[in-house]
Formats: sequence, structure tokens, C-alpha cells
Amino acid sequence: MYEFEFTRPASVAEAVAALNAEEAQALGGGQTLIPTLKQRLAMPTTLVSLSGVAEMQGIGLQDDGQLVIGGATTHAEVASGAVGTYPALAALAGQIGDPAVRNRGTLGGSLANNDPAACYPAAALGSGATIVTNTREIPADEYFQGMFTTALEEGEIVVSVKFPVPEAANYQKFVQPASRFAMVGVFAARFADGVRVAVTGASEEGVFRWTDAEAALASSFTPDAISALSVDPDGMIGDIHGTKAYRAHLVNVMTRRAVAAAV
Amino acid sequence: MPKDIDAKESGIGAASKRREDIRFLSGTGNYTDDINLNGQAYVHFLRSDVAHGRITSIETAEAAAMPGVLRIFTGADFEGVGSIPCGWQVTDRFGEVMQEPAHPVLAQGKVRHVGDPIAAVVAETAEAARDAAEAIELDIEELPAVVDMKAALAEGAPKVHDDLTSNLCYDWGFVEDNKAAVNAAFEAAAHVTSLELVNNRLVANPMEPRVAVGDFNRATGDSTLYTTSQNPHVIRLLMGAFVLGIPEHKLRVVAPDVGGGFGSKIFHYAEEAFCTFAAKALNRAVKWTSSRSEAFMSDAHGRDHVTKIELALDADNNFTALRTDTLANMGAYLSTFAPSVPTWLHGTLMAGNYKTPLIYVNVKAVFTNTVPVDAYRGAGRPEATFQLERVIDKAALELGVDPIALRRQNFITEFPYATPVAVEYDTGDYVATMDKLEEIADIAGFAARRAESERAGKLRGLGVNCYIEACGIAPSNLVGQLGARAGLYESATVRVNATGGIVVMTGSHSHGQGHETSFPQVIASMIGIDENMVEIEHGDTNNAPMGMGTYGSRSLAVGGSAMVRATEKIIAKAKKIAAHLMEAADADIELKDGQFSVAGTDKSVAWGDVTLAAYVPHNYPLEEIEPGLEETAFYDPSNFTYPSGAYACEVEVDPETGKVSIARFAAADDFGNIVNPMIVDGQVHGGIGQGIGQALLEGCVYDENGQLLSASFMDYAMPRADDVPFYEVDHSCQTPCTHNPLGVKGCGEAGAIGSPPAVVNAVVNALRSAGKDVTHIDMPLSPARVWAAMQG
Ligand SMILES: Cc1cc2nc3c(=O)[nH]c(=O)nc-3n(C[C@H](O)[C@H](O)[C@H](O)COP(=O)(O)OP(=O)(O)OC[C@H]3O[C@@H](n4cnc5c(N)ncnc54)[C@H](O)[C@@H]3O)c2cc1C
Repeated sequence: MYEFEFTRPASVAEAVAALNAEEAQALGGGQTLIPTLKQRLAMPTTLVSLSGVAEMQGIGLQDDGQLVIGGATTHAEVASGAVGTYPALAALAGQIGDPAVRNRGTLGGSLANNDPAACYPAAALGSGATIVTNTREIPADEYFQGMFTTALEEGEIVVSVKFPVPEAANYQKFVQPASRFAMVGVFAARFADGVRVAVTGASEEGVFRWTDAEAALASSFTPDAISALSVDPDGMIGDIHGTKAYRAHLVNVMTRRAVAAAV
Repeated sequence: MPKDIDAKESGIGAASKRREDIRFLSGTGNYTDDINLNGQAYVHFLRSDVAHGRITSIETAEAAAMPGVLRIFTGADFEGVGSIPCGWQVTDRFGEVMQEPAHPVLAQGKVRHVGDPIAAVVAETAEAARDAAEAIELDIEELPAVVDMKAALAEGAPKVHDDLTSNLCYDWGFVEDNKAAVNAAFEAAAHVTSLELVNNRLVANPMEPRVAVGDFNRATGDSTLYTTSQNPHVIRLLMGAFVLGIPEHKLRVVAPDVGGGFGSKIFHYAEEAFCTFAAKALNRAVKWTSSRSEAFMSDAHGRDHVTKIELALDADNNFTALRTDTLANMGAYLSTFAPSVPTWLHGTLMAGNYKTPLIYVNVKAVFTNTVPVDAYRGAGRPEATFQLERVIDKAALELGVDPIALRRQNFITEFPYATPVAVEYDTGDYVATMDKLEEIADIAGFAARRAESERAGKLRGLGVNCYIEACGIAPSNLVGQLGARAGLYESATVRVNATGGIVVMTGSHSHGQGHETSFPQVIASMIGIDENMVEIEHGDTNNAPMGMGTYGSRSLAVGGSAMVRATEKIIAKAKKIAAHLMEAADADIELKDGQFSVAGTDKSVAWGDVTLAAYVPHNYPLEEIEPGLEETAFYDPSNFTYPSGAYACEVEVDPETGKVSIARFAAADDFGNIVNPMIVDGQVHGGIGQGIGQALLEGCVYDENGQLLSASFMDYAMPRADDVPFYEVDHSCQTPCTHNPLGVKGCGEAGAIGSPPAVVNAVVNALRSAGKDVTHIDMPLSPARVWAAMQG
């Protein structure tokens, strides 16, 4: 680790101000950032911890039925706090990492980082969520822009995320054997006006919507409806844990399982 | 020994709780990283990030001027210093000795693997050392790397070591004189089964990474090295005599609590020599603590064999001959025991549990631009077992016979048995362990369980195998002939204090094995005292007179035997003192339950009366015997020990994803006599866990340029608790070793040796149950590989 300053502001406004400083960086749960710092792969001069920002904490239902989760809310809090309102999301949060990771890692940190194998991006995209920042509201469809890339500007903070709650949903995670991140994770959600299927872990472009499957599932929300569909192995990740073809195959399997479990 | 682990309360056979665990589990252990010396400085190694290259310049002046930097060392500082030595010299099949390259402490001229240390910065803090290391200006002319063993042996391949004739370390044939007869038996065979397989490369990853602290005492000129080692005396010898030129009496090596080794902490590493050297050069203690990332690229790796094995059978399915061809990766340098692993620890085990009369093993050891490869739990024996037990399963498939029946038919049943690969099994009962396995694994109930799995959409498979291993390493005269540059005896000093308590200083080293509990049980039984009166000291060259350390399941069989011999001397002397105290003849003294009595009388004195007399010799036969009660013994085994057993694994495979889960695992082992059945259970559990890790999860992978792809736990999959089932473990089949005083055989490696073939056999069996024409899948059987195999 290189040396850095540390601040812990109490409000979004203070955090934004602190992040204005040269080479300042937001710190969520540190579950990605701290290992990066330890490997000296990043060199911020100031870390701005978001853990003390009260308005970024917690889970609540809006009048319009959307579930709003603060950007600094930990995975563990979502795993227990969203069980009644959005069980598929709670279950997803409960499968992230291990208890230590879940007790520190945050929703905002995960979405800001947009690791191609992370779980939350699938939930946000699969739910059609809105990412609320200190300056604007970004629909999930516009937010995720490829591996480790998002619509966030320099210094922009994920303050909260609004999740429309589907009629039925499920997340199926097939873990990479070493990291236990998603090798392929599929979030399938059925809404009154359609179906969304978001896939993480698989693609070289990061999280994506499997629109062919969405269309097929919109007319019949059953595993059989997509049996014959497949994604193109070409854009899939191929590495020491699995070939492109294997990942493409898993996308189909995990989607069918997500649908079966959601019904 | 009874299976019921509560049957005895103390002494040999009791499941005494591991006393050392209290400090390990409560954070009060004393690991090497807990040692911080006055004025200690820290070293950071600048390591190569290319697999092969020529160092064209190293500019350190700017870095050396950075705050806190004490000195920067490079290869040039080690020019007059010795090479990291190799402890074993193999003679090839033409009678020539192996090619043995130099292994400098810091790279000189060339770097040969990612992680090869180039420079070392010593500074006031670890961070300052790391800062300065980043400021070193380094120019490396990258050279083409050799990673694949076949490519490394090809004509015109880039050479890892320019001064060697090729990348071939040795071409070993065993037994060379059998070769023609073996080939003839293959000509005459009714059936030949052949199989090509990979024994995957592994990283040991003990929980505690390596640490070294070098210290120098200017007043006395003595050096001390604290290090994470399985054998401090061996490090003292190798580093003192061959690298730094420090005689034993000026060098102390301490290996305190060590958090797991699994072989990777046997070897003498450059960092140990560096810290010792730098401490003297700077007159400051110098500490190095490996990061996990450094461990992946600097700890010796394990296994990495590519093998073709062929089994010849006659028309009645008797094994008539066995022939193997193996490429064994040595990595870039020869680690301490590396050359012995694919040869003497592997070729001598190829008979397995079977009476195959003719065997020929060929091994070509190869240098590549990868981290050195050396012994890892089982060392050579897992490689032998895996290929043999896989080819037998494949033969059973091809012949359409039951794999268990095929094994039983070919079992060795008479002991002692001289194998065609130079070793003599003293005892064993392979029928008994297989019978026991069939019972505890409930083989008969498999069909019903398979049907149940099928209903859940899963493919269930059963895999069974046997294993034999050579433990209790090793008879010195034999290993000397085989190329060992050291003896493999063990020593123990038993010191009885005045009030009767005992300290045993053993050359064995415990890095998780539980010696502090099991060794006292032996002495307590011999004397008839409470085991809490006995304390074990190990891990310090200032204590035991000499020690060859712990590996090869040798602690109790060799180190324990030395302790027994020393205790016998203690008892003999104590009886003389007792005889004097009771005015009786030495020959009439009996020792039982800590009481010395005169046979046929009611006269007795207690253990404590005698020990006190030894140190307060007011009434003592001073003209006949010396006061005091301390004895030392060295024990050199006359043979290896041969633990054996039969393992069964049941897996469930998800046919859609290829994911394998272990449903059941049973192990029936014959370890001879058992001192602590709970510790034995634990050793078997841990070993099976590692074997399952190798079979399903672990794989160390380099790309074609020699970059380590599995360089962290993000990509190198270690087994976790939920990857393994609850094991059914039995060691009630006991054929005691005939040549050591305890009749013990060793249990530390069995699980890791015996489990991988069972897992792979089970997965192949599962896939075949679904009509897939699969005969083999290389480890690790990751979901992706199993799925690919199912696709044909
Ligand atoms: C062992 C382990 C296992 C894991 N397993 C999984 C898994 O299975 N699935 C999974 O999805 N993830 C997994 N993770 C990642 C984990 O979920 C992280 O918590 C998450 O990726 C990052 O969240 P964080 O709050 O820790 O962010 P940090 O590490 O603090 O920050 C990450 C990045 O986001 C930025 N940032 C943080 N918060 C905000 C914010 N509110 N607004 C804008 N930018 C912000 C930081 O500046 C930094 O660039 C694992 C991590 C570990 C260590």
C-alpha cells in the first residue's frame, strides 16, 4: 500500500466535496479497493469513506413500490433486510463472497466497480433498476458499459439504487471454482409488462441482457421456452476455468434454472 | 487397536486431545512472523516478472538513496557465495549423474522463472523496502521461455541453463535390467491397457506463508535463522555448509510453530540464506515475510508429471507386466529433494498392492522456466498410485470385469514380499483392508443410492482404489546408494528432570501433526506415568543433537523410534538406581505404572524417588553409574514402512453443468499400530481433503510465455469445507511394522496418496452410467472439463 489520507464525511455533499480533491477515491466496503491498494495497483492520495453517510444507508419501499437501497448498504444488510420485499435480491446478496465480504462490501461499491463476474450488476440490470447518484438518475440499461466500465463520471457517487420489484424473479449463480464469483450468473425477472434476463460472469462485455430469451420467456415463462436458444460463444469469456463454449452453454442452463426457480 | 477412540484414557492408543491446539486456536502460537528482534530491518525482493531473460542492467543508486534504505543487494553481492544446493543426485540409465545447474541466491546474469529474485532491498520498514524496490531500474532482455516439457526437450529448444547440454536433467530407467523382459511380456500379453495422463501441478499453500528472520551477534560471531521449516537441522547443514560457509557451532536454526508445510517447507530457500547473509553484512536482524502472491511464485510447487502407463494382462486377467514413461517437471532449478521425487519415491512404488512380476519405469526430468517443483504431500507416491489405479480401472472397463475383483485377483497376499522395483514390503493385508472398505463404504448399497441420485437428475459414480506407500523415510545405507546426500535417521534426547518430569528433544518437527501430544503418549506408556509429565521440544538446532525433520510420514516411525530407544536407555539406568535404592539385583527390578519393584517382593520405589536420586545422589552407586538421567539415541530404520489401504469415493455429477460433488468417501487404512486414533483420523481427513483438492479443484497453470495464470486464490482453487463430505475412516486393519519398536507405519500422507484415483474413477464411472464413452479426464476435474468430456 502507498500512503494516503483518510476522511469519513457524514453527508453526500461533504463526500462529493472531498472527492473533488486531486486523486481522491471513494471507499465503500473496501473489499475490492483494499486488495487493489495492497497490491499497489492504485495510488489514491485520499480515501473518502462512504460508511458514515447516513443518507446512503438502509433499505426502504417507495410509494411506487420500488425498493430503494442506499449505496453504502452492505450485502449482509440486503441479504437479511430484503427477504420480505425482494427475496430474489436478498438471496443474491446472501451468495456474494463469504460473511466477512458481505459484512463490509456495499451495493454502491459493487455497482461502481462493475466487475464482469459480480452478482449485483445482474440484479440491477435484470430488475431494470435506476442508479441514483449525487447528480442524476441513470437507468441500468445505460449504466453498465462493459467490464469495469460504467456511466459514472469522475467523483460521482452511487447514492442509492431503486429496484422495481418483479412478480417473480430468481438468481442462479454458477461459481468459478477458485474465486467463487459468478462464472455465469443469471438473473431472470418476470414483470407484468415483460421479462428481463441479465447475465453476469459470461461475457467479455460484462453484464448483458439476453434479449432472445426475454422475448421467448415473455410469451411463456417456462424453462422449456428457451431450451433451443443459445448465446453466441464468440463474445463469451474463455479462460483457465472454462471455454467460451462452456460459458455459452451455462448461460442457457442457468437461465432455465432461474426461470424454473422463479415460477 | 480398538476402533473405539475413547477406549483408552491415556498412553498408547488413547485419543488424547491435541494439547498444542490450545495455543494454535487461541492466537497464542509463536510463529516465525511473531518473532521481532531488536533493531530488525526488513527485506523486499525484487522478482522477475518474465519467465526467461538476460539481465542487461540493474541500476540501484537512486533506490538506495531513498529514505530508510539500508542497502540493496544484487547477484553481484553473492558471487563468492555458494549455490543453493540440491540434496539428491540421481544417476541416469546410462550410469551418468544428472545435470545439476547452479542456483544463485539472487539471479546472476539470467532470470529463469517468474518470481526469480533479482535484487533485495533492506530497509527500516517493509514499506520503505518495497518503495525502493520499485525504484530500481532494471533492464531485462526477454528470451523465449520453455514451459511445456515436451517442447523443452525438443531439438533446438531454448535452454533454461546455458551451461547445460540441454533441458534434460536425467533420463532414468528402473529397473533398467528388467526392460527387455518387460517388453517381451508385453509382446506375449493377452491384453494391454494403456493410458496417458497428467498429474497436475499443485501449489501447497500452507496457511502460514514462509517467513525468515536472520540475526547476527557481533559479540560472538554467531548467526541465527528463524524460519518456517519442517527440518531446521537440515537447513543448518545445507545453508551453513554449502551456501554461506558457517560451521554448525556458529549457526543456529529455529523453526518455531509452523503453520503447515505439506512438503513445501522442507526445502532450503534462497530467502533463508539471504536473511542470514544480510544480517551479518548489516549487523542488523533482517526479516522477510512472504506475501501470498510471492508464495505462489517462490514456494516450490508439487507434482507436474505427464505419464504414459501400460499394463499387460494374461488371458486370466493376471497382471504380467507394467511399463511407464514419465516426464517430470523440475522447474528452473533443482530444489532440495526434487530429483528423488519422480525416481526413488515414485518408481519403487509402481508395484502397488499387486504381484505384477515385471515392471519398467522411465522418467525424464526436465528443466523449464517455471518455479522449481519438489515434494508435496505424498511426493512421488501419489503419482505412482494415481497412474496405477487409473490404468487398472481402465483395464477393468476394457475387459468388462469388476474393478474390485480385478484388484483382488492380483493382490499380493504373502509377506514379506520383494517387489520387482527394489523394495520389500514387510507386512500388509490388502484383502482385509478391501473387505473393510466394502463394509464401511457400503458398496452393496451403491445401486440403490445411484437410483436415488438418478431420480434427482444426477449421475452417481463409484470409484475404488488401493494404495501402498513407502514411509518412515528412510534407511540411510539404502538411500545413500540411491543418491541421497544425507542420512535419514532421526535423533532424540530424553531429559528426565529431578522431580520426574521429562523433556524430549526430537529432531522430528511438528507443523500441525500433533507430536506434542502423541510423542508423550508413547513415553507415558513405557514408564507408566501421566502423559502430562512429558513435554516435547522440537524445531531448534540448539536442542536435539541432529534432526532430519518431518516429511515422508517419518516422525513416529523414525523419530518416535529414536525416542523409544533413548527411553529404553533411561529405563535401564533408572532400574540400576532403583536396584541400589532397594538393595536388590538390577535383573530383579520391574517397572510398572511408574513404580519400580523387586520381583517377588513387596518392595517398591516410585519413578520420582529414582529420578530425584539421580540428581540428588546422596544414596547412589556413584562408583558404577553417573548421576543425572538424560539419554540420547539415533535411530536409523532398516527398511521403509508400507502403509496401505483401500479407498472408495462416490460422486454425484450434474449432467448439465459437469459439476462434481463428493457424496461419500470411505478410507480403510492399515497403519500398523496406532498411538493416537484421533490424530490418525485427522491426518487421514486432511490428506483426503488435499487429494480431493487435487482431483477436483487445484491446478497451477502457466501460459506459453511462462506467466503464472493461477497466481492467487482468485484463480487457484483450494478445497473448502463444503467441497468435502464427512468421511468414513477406519484403521482397524493393523499389520504392525516388523522392524521398528512401535510397529507403526505412518499416516500423514496416505489420504493425499489414496484419494485422487478414487475420485477420478468415480467420475468416469458416473459418466459411463449415462452412456458417455469416457475413459479418462485429467485433473482437476473442473466442471468445464467434465462437461467437455461429456460432449465427447
Ligand atoms: C473474497 C471475496 C469474494 C467476493 N465474492 C464476490 C461474489 O461472489 N460476487 C460479487 O458480486 N462480488 C464479490 N466480491 C466483491 C465484493 O462484493 C465487493 O464488496 C464489491 O465488489 C465492491 O464493493 P465495496 O463496497 O467493497 O467497494 P470498494 O472495494 O470499497 O470500492 C470498489 C470501487 O468502487 C468505488 N466505490 C465504492 N463505493 C462507491 C459508491 N457508493 N459510489 C461510487 N463509487 C464507489 C471505489 O472507489 C472503488 O473504485 C468478493 C470480494 C472478495 C474480497
